Amino acid sequence: MSRKVILCRCEDVTLADVQRAVKLGYADLEEVKRYTGFGTGPCQGKECLREVACAVAQASGRDPATLAPFTSRPPLSPTALGVLAGPARK
Amino acid sequence: MTSSDRSPSPRADVVVIGAGVMGLAIAYNLAARGCKRIVVLDQHYLAWGASGRNGGGVRQQWSTEMNVRLMQESMEICAHFAEEMGINVWMRRGGYLFLARTDAAATRLARNVALQNRCDLPTRMISPAEAQALVPELETAPFVGACYNATDGIVFPWPFLWGYARAAQKRGVIIRTGTAVTAIDRRGDDFQIATAAGTLTAGRVICAAGAWSPRIARLCGGTLPDRPVRHEILSTEPLKPFLKPMVSVIETGLYVSQSLRGELVGGVSLPEEPNPDGEVRLGSRLAFLTTMARGLTEIMPRLAQVKVVRQWAGPYDVSPDGDPIVGELPGVPGFYVVCGFGGHGFMMAPVVARHYAAYLCGEAPHPFFEAWRADRFAAGGTPSPHREEMTIG
Repeated sequence: MSRKVILCRCEDVTLADVQRAVKLGYADLEEVKRYTGFGTGPCQGKECLREVACAVAQASGRDPATLAPFTSRPPLSPTALGVLAGPARK
Repeated sequence: MTSSDRSPSPRADVVVIGAGVMGLAIAYNLAARGCKRIVVLDQHYLAWGASGRNGGGVRQQWSTEMNVRLMQESMEICAHFAEEMGINVWMRRGGYLFLARTDAAATRLARNVALQNRCDLPTRMISPAEAQALVPELETAPFVGACYNATDGIVFPWPFLWGYARAAQKRGVIIRTGTAVTAIDRRGDDFQIATAAGTLTAGRVICAAGAWSPRIARLCGGTLPDRPVRHEILSTEPLKPFLKPMVSVIETGLYVSQSLRGELVGGVSLPEEPNPDGEVRLGSRLAFLTTMARGLTEIMPRLAQVKVVRQWAGPYDVSPDGDPIVGELPGVPGFYVVCGFGGHGFMMAPVVARHYAAYLCGEAPHPFFEAWRADRFAAGGTPSPHREEMTIG
């Protein structure tokens, strides 16, 4: 069942993937992010961070309040290179 | 995976400070040679530092014979890593394409290509048109020449750490993450290493703390001349595979590759910021995003529509002459350093660690121990004979 529950839709990370990461000892969201790749796709965790945090808390028996979110990275939302580059310069 | 190692180990033969790829690989190689009582300490979790923040490029195109040959050997280790360590490292050998905007840079590339060919590396000089045949999206106008080696490639850095860590643990190495070193004191021939989680005694200390190495060296009265330089990377939304080689522009230090996940990953050099206190800075800057966006859309205009999803920073650990610093630290017998790799430490770690472990086990030192010796910066020291030119990304 847990293999069919997708927590991170950008990177296809399942509940089973997260449970496996916790079983291997990756207990913080930063570590689980690195081991599973969750939160590294186009949504950058906006859709999945809470779901994965719940799964990590459940699998590790940790109080969810002790789980810090991973560092959020700029840009705030996906931004085209052309926009960042600005107008073409001669 | 490592915080569960709580068994007390008051006396270690070797304490490695820094659980990045260099520290873990040295610990693994020592353990594989039968060394016992090895402890690796790290202030954070695996992949927090530069080993978790680099672009994953692995290349053999260098300007000195020693570096070419070292990286040929490192590439071999990388190519067999997945099989030997039982972990996928997402290696893709799409080659490395270096682009030159000026005749001077193209001349340097040609000289380096000749050296690489003498080392049996199949690098070749190619025209901008031939470069475009390799990378159809490439805008050729800014470039006068290029070189390409098809056997270079990229890896996903993180599994190297997990692979080395797991293999080291299997051989008895204790890895303690979240365990910052707060003091190092001499007790006779031993070192007493204080951490938040207790004190350890060690016969030998290996400082593999990358850009944090000068701080660790200071704890035991040593000095190191390397300095942290912030380097930033961005990653885009995933795209269908279209970019075969890692592409790098010599003059600007721009580099970009497409990972097996489909993302473009790349960075560019910004002017070095003043940093008198040698502080490791990991904040992200808008100036990087705009500089990188201009650089990328100049060489591949079609990328203008591609979206950036993430940027981050990591510290290059840069020595005064650009070459690494290895061996026993002058004035602190038993304290060994391996730092100053200037952004190339990840790709060099597999081979450097192999030879470092051999040296620590009493075998004849690899020639890099002479070329990169720590006392070359001391008064009256001999500077590194051949300064490496290919120090991009």
